[in-house]
Amino acid sequence: MAERHKYSIIVPTYNERLNIALIVFLVFKHIPDVDIEIIIVDDGSPDGTQDIVKQLQQVYGDDRILLRARPRKLGLGTAYIHGLKHASGNFVVIMDADLSHHPKYLPHFIKKQMESGADIVTGTRYVRGGGVHGWTLMRKLTSRGANVLAHTLLWPGVSDLTGSFRLYKKSVLEDIISSCVSEGYVFQMEMIVRASRKGYHIEEVPITFVDRVYGSSKLGGSEIVEYLKGLVYLLFTM
Amino acid sequence: MKHIAKIMAFLMAVTAVWISLLQTKMIPQSHTWLLPLYFIVSLGCYGLLMVGVGLMQFPTCPQEAVLLQQDVIEAKQFLKHNGVDVGTD
Repeated sequence: MAERHKYSIIVPTYNERLNIALIVFLVFKHIPDVDIEIIIVDDGSPDGTQDIVKQLQQVYGDDRILLRARPRKLGLGTAYIHGLKHASGNFVVIMDADLSHHPKYLPHFIKKQMESGADIVTGTRYVRGGGVHGWTLMRKLTSRGANVLAHTLLWPGVSDLTGSFRLYKKSVLEDIISSCVSEGYVFQMEMIVRASRKGYHIEEVPITFVDRVYGSSKLGGSEIVEYLKGLVYLLFTM
Repeated sequence: MKHIAKIMAFLMAVTAVWISLLQTKMIPQSHTWLLPLYFIVSLGCYGLLMVGVGLMQFPTCPQEAVLLQQDVIEAKQFLKHNGVDVGTD
């Protein structure tokens, strides 16, 4: 008997008033016949993001758009944990709210998981069919250098370690997330490396990543230091 | 086994081979002493090569930015029509 699947899409937001509306529209455009709920974990955005979410609930229904807000910025890892508590699906998708992750890839994730039975399907920007737009040469260089370093040290089994566009079986996400301690993109690395070490079946799908439609993301010295610290932590504890 | 333990085991095996090479004098001593240096330099070169190759082959998708803009326009139209404030950003 075919199991009924429901996908809970957790989107942590902070000041994403416009992007969250665009994302919700695009999600329903690309997977109209899939049983989903979008859980928006907003950390007290001052720009009125939560008001927009309430308007979206009028359009799409408050059974499919869940607003589970928090009082202030409390970190990415805890945002996922918070979202997970309210997730009623048997699968969980995590994605960014700034439109760098395009909902048009959701059918690819779902299809890959159903075909392979994977525990985790992770989006990768670094293979043919995937790609990045909006990065300077310097940014690409640091990304590539970071990737080579991480692969040499950790042998992670995935091509995109810091990616945060992923589909998890809910039970698998719950298992991994409880043991993760890092923050930011090191958190994403820790999640996938932990999963790999625990022997979970991980598949990849190519995704394209358009960086920051409205604004530009920075990669400064402190981020690099954080990354290196994270690598060393993962090297010695995994 | 923890990953670091695997790496340590590998390094110890390589070191053991190196020491035995020193002992048996199959290769001239001067060469053997330099082997660890060669190894590290090779590793460094390999790393740089991988970075360079990866950089050259870095997949880009300029057309995606165009598609995204089209999606944004479509989305804004629908949302405005349905009472969601997409304002002027």
